[in-house]
Amino acid sequence: MRFSPWSTPVLVAAAVLITFAITAGPIIVAGANPIEAYAAYLVVPLTSQFTLLEVLVSATPIMLTGAAVAIAFRAGYWNIGAEGQLLLGAIAAAGIGTLVGGLPPVLALPVMVAGGALAGAAWALVPALLRIRFGIDEVVTTLLLNPVALLLVNGLLHGPWRDPETGFPESPRIAISAEFPTLIDRSRLHLGFVLALAVVAIAWYVLARTPAGLRLRAAGLSPHGARFAGINVSRTLLGAALVSGAIAGIAGVSEVAGIQNRLTGGLSPGYGYTGIVVATLGTLTMPGVAIAAVFLGDLTVGASSAARSLGIPSQLGAVVQGVLLLTTVALLALRRTRARRTDAGDAGSVSGDIAAEAQPG
Amino acid sequence: MTFLFDLLAATLRNATPLVYGTVGETYAERSGVLNLGIEGTMYAGAFAGFVTAWATGSPLIGLLAAIVVGILSGALMALMTVTFGANQHVSGIGLTIGLIGLSEFANRLVFAGGELQRIEPMPAVNPLAGLGPVASVFGQYGLTWIAFLVVVPVAWWVLQRSSFGLEIRAVGENPEAADAAGVNVVRTRYLALMIGGALMAIGGAFLTLALLGSFTLDIIAGRGWVCVALVIFGRWRIGRGVIGALLFSLVFSLQFRLRILPEFAALPFELLLALPYLVVIAALALSGRNVAYPGAYLKPYRRS
Repeated sequence: MRFSPWSTPVLVAAAVLITFAITAGPIIVAGANPIEAYAAYLVVPLTSQFTLLEVLVSATPIMLTGAAVAIAFRAGYWNIGAEGQLLLGAIAAAGIGTLVGGLPPVLALPVMVAGGALAGAAWALVPALLRIRFGIDEVVTTLLLNPVALLLVNGLLHGPWRDPETGFPESPRIAISAEFPTLIDRSRLHLGFVLALAVVAIAWYVLARTPAGLRLRAAGLSPHGARFAGINVSRTLLGAALVSGAIAGIAGVSEVAGIQNRLTGGLSPGYGYTGIVVATLGTLTMPGVAIAAVFLGDLTVGASSAARSLGIPSQLGAVVQGVLLLTTVALLALRRTRARRTDAGDAGSVSGDIAAEAQPG
Repeated sequence: MTFLFDLLAATLRNATPLVYGTVGETYAERSGVLNLGIEGTMYAGAFAGFVTAWATGSPLIGLLAAIVVGILSGALMALMTVTFGANQHVSGIGLTIGLIGLSEFANRLVFAGGELQRIEPMPAVNPLAGLGPVASVFGQYGLTWIAFLVVVPVAWWVLQRSSFGLEIRAVGENPEAADAAGVNVVRTRYLALMIGGALMAIGGAFLTLALLGSFTLDIIAGRGWVCVALVIFGRWRIGRGVIGALLFSLVFSLQFRLRILPEFAALPFELLLALPYLVVIAALALSGRNVAYPGAYLKPYRRS
């Protein structure tokens, strides 16, 4: 393979470097040395077992939302609603989790995961139908359902699910048998991480190796071409939207069953939106999503420790995420423009302005 | 009666940030760019306005700072989507994540102590004071008066009646034709996004500089997303978008007043608050295929 400055790994690495150059500004303003700061963000979390495991804990929900977003985007379906779908999965998990006390974990956990996946998919259904039936832009409908899902969570927590003992706006604790077991003693790393890896592996296999995956990628690259080739694009989009919602729902289950053990108002600090960063940085490929999720998990853990050791407010983590998203998507757009200029012709592509696949050759 | 007058006054007050945001988003979308950076732009406007007013002692300078931040935010969105031709949804979400992060980062740096700082907020003005109880409806902040009496009519006139407005609508509807007719597509979209950004930021700054006199985390609380909904609800028309903002604000202000009454304590107000979002989605569903999106919505323009 010929080395190209526009190949995906080089492009993503360049995006990270440009981002770090830009965010050096706020770090200097905060009175810290950028080199030291980036060492604290990226290297320090990997140097002790506890923080290393915390990196994986942080990577778990965003690996799932990242996979959810990537699958939808690959089909050319712009699901911005992973946040709401995650919350619905969390609601389902908190509800089912309190009911399955009599079941052994081997039954309780699959029921809960399936319930969360169904709830997430159900939340994704209406925007998908509106898009397929009426051509209504799904960006706005999926986005608007995010605040609705949050209001639903708050409505439950201030109403029927308010903890009867403490009166706090938190749902009752789920049954012990419904909690995800931790993988390693004295750490918070839980079954959800294995689940996330499994989801990414299955999604990779389906996308790369099955007819359904081929149809999905074809619909994203060129809906007209796919239709011409006899693919039912509407059904493919519906499938992608529902699978995307289901995976985001599982992310909600994972946070409830693995971390919170109940439904809380602050369950997700925007994991659904971070999923968009993860998916874009991973150029919509599953191995890319897994790596990007661990990278951002590393950054999140590093940001909170650098707040203590270097006095850089941990909110810089969010700044890095935003800038990284902008730089990556800008470089991908530039590559696309360049490809078109050299007449590689992917002008009809829907997912092509992000997907690595659009790169010719 | 007092309850009704209070409710109307609150409706106008709470609608103010939505009116600025909706008009700003309308300008962006009519030029062909969906600006999902609105939530972050309002947030940054709220913070920049507050911190500048706090440092200088002048809410007016704070407002200017918010406007500058809004213009820069709009220019950045234009750089991403117009110059680079990057995906609009992803760029907007990136802008929102980055601007909220940057505001909270700066907030921690400036107010390291963590205690809530306050400024003397902009005063309310009531030109009709002395006309009895009904006058209380008109005891409004200057920015509210300006929103309804200046920004809305001027923004409407510019968009619908001026040649600049025609250019905005042309590049949003059919950039190829506009380009052929000699309209500078890039420049027009930049200007529309920068004007829109400034308005969004004023909407955010209204909360800190007038309504609250302080900055708290999550201060925008989804108002930007509401504006995105209102633009579609208003079918990209400024007048209808403002009516939508008033209706949303009426529901918001009503539930706020009812939920403190014991008779209504059991009502699920969160569901009432979700209504505006659901109404927009239902309106989209009912209008079906007839929703007339701007012709070049979401499409970057490249001369071929």
